[in-house]
Amino acid sequence: MTIETTPPVRTLAPAARAVDVLGGDLTEGSLRRYLSGIPGVDAVGLEQRAAGLGTRSIKTSSKKRALDTIIELIDLTTLEGADTPGKVRSLVAKALTPDPSDLTTPRPAAVCVYGDMVPYAVDALGAAHAGAIRRAGGDAAGHGGGINVAAVATAFPSGRASLKVKLADTADAVAAGADEIDMVIDRGAFLSGRYGLVFDEIVAVKEACRRDDGTYAHLKVILETGELNTYDNVRRASWLSILAGGDFIKTSTGKVSPAATLPVTLLMLEVVRDWHRLTGEEIGVKPAGGIRSSKDAIRYLVTVAETVGERWLQPHLFRFGASSLLNDVLLQRQKLATGHYSGADYVTID
Amino acid sequence: MSFLEYAPAPESRSILNLRDEYGLFIDGEFVAGHGTPFQTISPATEERIATISTADASDVDAAVAAARRAYDRVWSRMSGSDRGKYLFRIARLLQERSRELAVAESLDNGKPIKESRDVDIPLVAAWFFYYAGWADKLEHAGLGPAPRALGVAAQVIPWNFPLLMLAWKIAPALAAGNTVVLKPAETTPLTALLFAEIVQQAGLPAGVVNIVTGAGETGRELVAHPDVNKVAFTGSTAVGREIARSVAGTSKKLTLELGGKAANIVFDDAPIDQAVEGIVNGIFFNQGHVCCAGSRLLVQESIHDEVVDRLKRRLSTLRLGDPLDKNTDIGAINSAEQLQRIRELSDIGEAEGAERWTAECAIPENGFWFAPTIFDNVSTSHRIAREEIFGPVLSVLTFRTPAEAIAKANNTPYGLSAGIWSEKGSRILAVADKLRAGVVWANTFNRFDPASPFGGYKESGYGREGGRHGLGAYLVPGRSLPAAASIPARLARKGAVR
Repeated sequence: MTIETTPPVRTLAPAARAVDVLGGDLTEGSLRRYLSGIPGVDAVGLEQRAAGLGTRSIKTSSKKRALDTIIELIDLTTLEGADTPGKVRSLVAKALTPDPSDLTTPRPAAVCVYGDMVPYAVDALGAAHAGAIRRAGGDAAGHGGGINVAAVATAFPSGRASLKVKLADTADAVAAGADEIDMVIDRGAFLSGRYGLVFDEIVAVKEACRRDDGTYAHLKVILETGELNTYDNVRRASWLSILAGGDFIKTSTGKVSPAATLPVTLLMLEVVRDWHRLTGEEIGVKPAGGIRSSKDAIRYLVTVAETVGERWLQPHLFRFGASSLLNDVLLQRQKLATGHYSGADYVTID
Repeated sequence: MSFLEYAPAPESRSILNLRDEYGLFIDGEFVAGHGTPFQTISPATEERIATISTADASDVDAAVAAARRAYDRVWSRMSGSDRGKYLFRIARLLQERSRELAVAESLDNGKPIKESRDVDIPLVAAWFFYYAGWADKLEHAGLGPAPRALGVAAQVIPWNFPLLMLAWKIAPALAAGNTVVLKPAETTPLTALLFAEIVQQAGLPAGVVNIVTGAGETGRELVAHPDVNKVAFTGSTAVGREIARSVAGTSKKLTLELGGKAANIVFDDAPIDQAVEGIVNGIFFNQGHVCCAGSRLLVQESIHDEVVDRLKRRLSTLRLGDPLDKNTDIGAINSAEQLQRIRELSDIGEAEGAERWTAECAIPENGFWFAPTIFDNVSTSHRIAREEIFGPVLSVLTFRTPAEAIAKANNTPYGLSAGIWSEKGSRILAVADKLRAGVVWANTFNRFDPASPFGGYKESGYGREGGRHGLGAYLVPGRSLPAAASIPARLARKGAVR
């Protein structure tokens, strides 16, 4: 006999994926039962597997390819209280021309800024903005479709605000031209077991991502794995975010330590792989925070390729949230081209 | 080009400084053997590595005599703390030369460099460090107040973990105060001979460690030598039986670590992704050339399809090829003979009706290779579920209840190891308690530590290696406390107190 511990049976907001997987009876109780039925994670085994993937040795031609792929997957990020329109314009300039000494260098996938900085980013990108290309009838989702503007929203990074404020935050950024929204889940609600609340919020934010023309801004759901603490929680939160309609699951805000780690990212990739097996649908993963060196980033590429497959090494399925990673990749790229290391002054700061 | 076709990343062989010919290591020197020399080859390319001497009866006799001299004159008289110093020195030298040893091991054995580098050699050093610490603490080994060494130990080791098995044998023997004559396997003598160089480098007194190379005949001479006090063997059950027969009736002490057909039991509440990793590690680690390999997968029927499906996907990402490439997961089969046996048993499995699945991978032209293979729908009566294949071949069986899992796991003449996968701690303990296997891993597999004893039930052998228990194989218990004096004579006479 199952004892229902969640007091009033509340019906959750309609979310197509959840209805498909859980059935029409979409309640807090059914969601909880589903999430607790997911197999557990053995922490030692997971970390061992991640460490094993970390020992892959990527050399010569594979390395060159890896470095270019990393750049194409970067969300070039500035999320500081001290951000100004000038700083954002500088970031955009860096995204447009990552390496002035080598114009064949690919461009990063997106710039990631706070909501109020979106208009400046859109303006600075001009014709290179993915949104502009989309409106002109181009294929913005595909690669080479320009640079996206991603905005963090929903009272980032803590998420401690009322739903009304969170939705306004989101809608505001979308209206200003953001192509992607990086939302945070309510970790407090998740840790206290109110999965329904977390679920409903994601569904509502997803709805707030809707543009006037009926299309949606891409929704990345930040789990803040450093606060969820256990791998079992991360796995449940990943399933929950996907069920509620997230297009991407993202590890962290970058404001909490530990941010992205290889085991956590591996675990989230496993969820995405399982979701794909279950439904055929492809969900993205974004590790963010703490990935600073090319060597680290290559470990993530290996993990993606050997867990979900190489297909996921595309901007609409995998991203790095990083600010200092790009310059290290550029240095490595120059080293491969010239045979010797240059120095920090041979790459530009943004 | 696919990103997953990683460019070659071979470990350099230039660190190796091999001789063209190796003699026997007797009394601290390399000397020529009197038998017919043989070649050791790299199983990945079939290229010759070096010429190795064969020890005949006179060489074995010289080696045992050297060991006896060293025992009588030096090693048995040396204090435990001084013996420990030598062992610590050897351990440090092993660490310093670890890269070289890893390359040599992969070259001669065919195992991937990532395993010899990350598993074998670090464990070898760990074993010497561990037993170095015991050398001056033998009175605390649980064997009475003053346990004594046995004398000369004859040790014969297999080809699957050449240097690691050497460490398992030599480290406890020396710590306990014995001297040794060791015979490495015919196909993998290289690292034992490099170890002989390390012994020289460490300044270990001559004769304490002697290494004789050769085939089965050399091993027979060594084991049967009348001046040997202790025989330690790791290898096949058939040879183990032969040794037990030849030692029977003598005063020699014997430990045997033989074959296995371990069950890896996966319950429906297992952490599934980690279980799949554990299954892979259990049977495909070291090409399945592991006596404790989890060669029988017992999976709960309700999750059978899912586990097998995930397993196949995972196997498809394994990389087979050059053992010296840092990205290789599956190396070469050690010898043509072993490859033949794996093929034979696999064909029998197919003929008996099990469903064969082999991972798609390119097989190099030269050398001995066998792609990772799974047999599904295997029954307990199939030969592939009973006989040790000693290769990258997994037999999948199902069970319905914990009782059935235990019954099937124990239904084997072997009993070396077993694995349990479940998130439920009470179930792990309850099942582990009923498994007749020397080692039971829970939510992991093929993990080794010098502090943990290892050994088998039934046809998997007797005696334990590793940990405090491993010392027992190389020591005579000391006299028990003089309690007898306090027992009333009347009771003692009646035999009421033993």
